[in-house]
Amino acid sequence: MTNSRLVPFAIVAVGALYFFLPLVATFEFSLSMLRGIWSFEAYRVVFDDPRFRETFVFSVVAALATIVLGALLVVPTAYWVRLKFPRLRPLVEFITLLPLVIPPIVLVFGYLRLYNSSSFLPFTGSALGTNILLVFGYVILSLPYMFRAVDTGMAAIDIRTLTEAAESLGARRPTILFKVILPNVRAAVLSGAFLTFAIVIGEFVLASLLNRPAFGPYLALMGANRAYEPAALAVIAFAVTWACMALLQVVGSQAPGRSRSGRSLFKLGRRAAR
Amino acid sequence: MASIVDAGTTGSRTAPAAGQPRRRPPRSLAWLGIVPFFAFALLFLIGPTVYLIFGAFQTPSGALTFDNIIGLFTPQIMAAYSISIQVSLASAAFGALVGFFIAYAIVHGGLPGAIRPTVVTFAGVASNFAGIPLAFAFLATLGRLGLVTLFLKDTFGINIYTLGFNLLSFWGLTITYLYFQIPLMVLIITPALDGLKKEWSEASEILGASRWQYWRMVGLPVLAPSILGCFLLLFANSFGAIATAYALTGSSLNIVPILLYAQIRGDVLYNPNLGYALAFGMIVITGCSNVLYLWLRARAERWRQ
Repeated sequence: MTNSRLVPFAIVAVGALYFFLPLVATFEFSLSMLRGIWSFEAYRVVFDDPRFRETFVFSVVAALATIVLGALLVVPTAYWVRLKFPRLRPLVEFITLLPLVIPPIVLVFGYLRLYNSSSFLPFTGSALGTNILLVFGYVILSLPYMFRAVDTGMAAIDIRTLTEAAESLGARRPTILFKVILPNVRAAVLSGAFLTFAIVIGEFVLASLLNRPAFGPYLALMGANRAYEPAALAVIAFAVTWACMALLQVVGSQAPGRSRSGRSLFKLGRRAAR
Repeated sequence: MASIVDAGTTGSRTAPAAGQPRRRPPRSLAWLGIVPFFAFALLFLIGPTVYLIFGAFQTPSGALTFDNIIGLFTPQIMAAYSISIQVSLASAAFGALVGFFIAYAIVHGGLPGAIRPTVVTFAGVASNFAGIPLAFAFLATLGRLGLVTLFLKDTFGINIYTLGFNLLSFWGLTITYLYFQIPLMVLIITPALDGLKKEWSEASEILGASRWQYWRMVGLPVLAPSILGCFLLLFANSFGAIATAYALTGSSLNIVPILLYAQIRGDVLYNPNLGYALAFGMIVITGCSNVLYLWLRARAERWRQ
């Protein structure tokens, strides 16, 4: 009996070692900026760096914009498709999964060619336009997570009955959408939002190739030029990821009838950010 | 009367009066509701991709050509594809193998009840901890001044760098990728292992099968589509990855996404349309493995009723 448990236990223990060692090493490394003692010097340097604050704020704003725009795009679409065009649902689902098939670097390559300053939609002609294009790109990257979250949320509530009830009380479409449907899928939208936040905050490829002052390119720059600060930044990034996932768990467990939706979203991973 | 109620619920504000002959309009404007989504997807997902695919078959002046595709078969680009595929294969294979054993250990290993949720939650975080910070973490662990490197050198006198290990190499990149590949495997294979019914192993035991026979003739055939499907997903997952590799190796390891990144930045291939072909090749490879994954997943679902 004990022997049969020993092997699984050893497997999990070795796995845990592989996964905790880099975290311990990174933390230790981030503390050893000053020779001979452990200190939070690297963190102080990072937090004092105005570019850290600027790029971090830029990425947070971009993430929030992505979440708002993504929710505004996905919630009405998922609602409308379920209500009126159930036969189109497989197609919509397929489109939302495409960003997992098309590598982000290919996507941004297409943007740069299609929306350059001499094209019909010259997004990259101005800084504001490029920022907008960046957020649009992030909305695309977050589509698989956002749509799946919202669509599972919609499956758990009876949107048809809710809609008819609201209509018979005289509610109009926007009222139904924002006052009836949205509050009912709020947990689903939030869990999509936390994953989106985790994706966008450290995203590198889009921001770098569109030349935006985001957190990802800043990380790359620090990695190329400094020794200890990158370790501190990695710890910070890991803490942000942990926070997002913890909030995802909390929100997911509160959602009625959807205890597994948060976990199934984990499966998709943060592929877009790589 | 019924027709008016119907028209009202299907969203038309100009319902025809009951006496008039019924016209089609009631539904005619409903399609407007899905236009934003399809327009957005067309402009920012499908359009740019299709543009690149067409570009791969065109000369700079716009004429049809296969030269770009043929141009992919030069030593430099083939070497990039080859090393990309090797890294993806290695990290997917090891990720699938190790992930499978960890998942098996937490599902059927008889470990204390708290282990499984802990491992699954941590896997969720680890599979999302990627990109540039992951490269930093491994530099701090296995880099020349990394914790493990120094520990092995100071304690056992083993210098892994003089033994030929280098984090900025094929194996270094593979080990780093495993950090998100293994957790991803654990997350996607756990449901399949849950579907492995206890009755099957009990039945085969009663019929006199050994553990090995059970696995060879029942367990693995049932799980094979899931395992292979997960392997393909892991493969596509690391094939498109760039940020980790870029931060880890700079441009010293010539994988396809890094070559494409350099091409976008500075046209290092001296032919913009060859860049389109490079992107086209990436789409073909990730597309094929994803399509196969979906097909295998559909097959695997059969055992999960």
